Amino acid sequence: MGLEEELAGIAAAYGGAGEPVLHPTRTDVVVLRRGEVVVKAHSARDDAGDLRPRLKAAASAAVSGVMLAPLEPEVLSAGGRAVTVWPAGRPVAQEDDPVDAPWEEGARLLARLHAVPLTLMPGLPAAGGPARAARAVARMPGDGPVEQLVRRAFKELPEPRPMPALLTHGDWHLGQLVHRDRWLLIDVDDLGLGDPAWDLARPAAWYAAGLLAPTVWERFLGAYLASGGPALGQGDDPWQRLDVPARALTVQLAAVAVVNAWREHRELDEVEHSLVESCNRIVRA
Amino acid sequence: MQCPKCRGSMRTYERNGVHIEQCDNCRGIFLDYGELETLTRMESQYHAAPPPAPGPGPGPAWGAPHHGGGHYGHRRGQRSWVGMLFST
Repeated sequence: MGLEEELAGIAAAYGGAGEPVLHPTRTDVVVLRRGEVVVKAHSARDDAGDLRPRLKAAASAAVSGVMLAPLEPEVLSAGGRAVTVWPAGRPVAQEDDPVDAPWEEGARLLARLHAVPLTLMPGLPAAGGPARAARAVARMPGDGPVEQLVRRAFKELPEPRPMPALLTHGDWHLGQLVHRDRWLLIDVDDLGLGDPAWDLARPAAWYAAGLLAPTVWERFLGAYLASGGPALGQGDDPWQRLDVPARALTVQLAAVAVVNAWREHRELDEVEHSLVESCNRIVRA
Repeated sequence: MQCPKCRGSMRTYERNGVHIEQCDNCRGIFLDYGELETLTRMESQYHAAPPPAPGPGPGPAWGAPHHGGGHYGHRRGQRSWVGMLFST
């Protein structure tokens, strides 16, 4: 029996009815939806030992109303892969103008996630943000001027200042929201202890690259601060804390863009190029 | 003090450090020595003052210059931008 059939069987066991539908996602992850149940086969690369406490955290009452709770609090297994089971939700519509996306809701959820007392959490591994950036850079093929620039920007990233670790999502973007009776955060793969400013750093990097409209960035940042989000400290300048993670995410996004263009045998487009330009400004700053 | 023109009574005001006597009757204004020059200087400074500098928007030193207006609209629907908003 193939992995997809196994996942469809697991979905059925949790009440999922109807035709199984594969959800497009990363190549190393399989997400299958069957009616109201979603089953995820995690990357073979991922450490199931790290996944277990992350899943427990998502199932805990402390993040109820913030993170989607799994239907099954234990990690299952299929085809040698770790598998988790979730209720289905409605994702943010990709066809809509990004201006209309629930930026404020995402920011408020992150603010609440970051404020969860760690005493209510199981022992968690480090959040995945910094390791993701390093992996993206390491995946870049070739050694042309763009690759050299991105590697240099990565190598010259300032040492992050030591910060008390908080509960951090580790990989936030608009695809990490689903709506059930309200918007909720999904994806526990990078959940853990870390500098929560990393969760704001991807929109910050988009904004700094001139991709995200200032009005949208201000809505996102404003909602985070208004909800008492702790990631940016008490000072007047949110960029004091954002600067290093936003640089790292810029490098990561540029590296991912290079890999995508290489995989599709094409040049970088205008959007991707603006991230490379951002890297160029970073090494000159 | 009496108005030199209509003999009405004059009242003293102070505006930006300049003493002004104005007649309650004919509204005529009397300036002391040098005060016309002070007002003229202040007026030209006011007109020459640059508009409040737009300055770089709040952001990092390495941020892209942000232009106002509909600059961002055209990316709507661009595949790599939408993909980036929604993926790792």
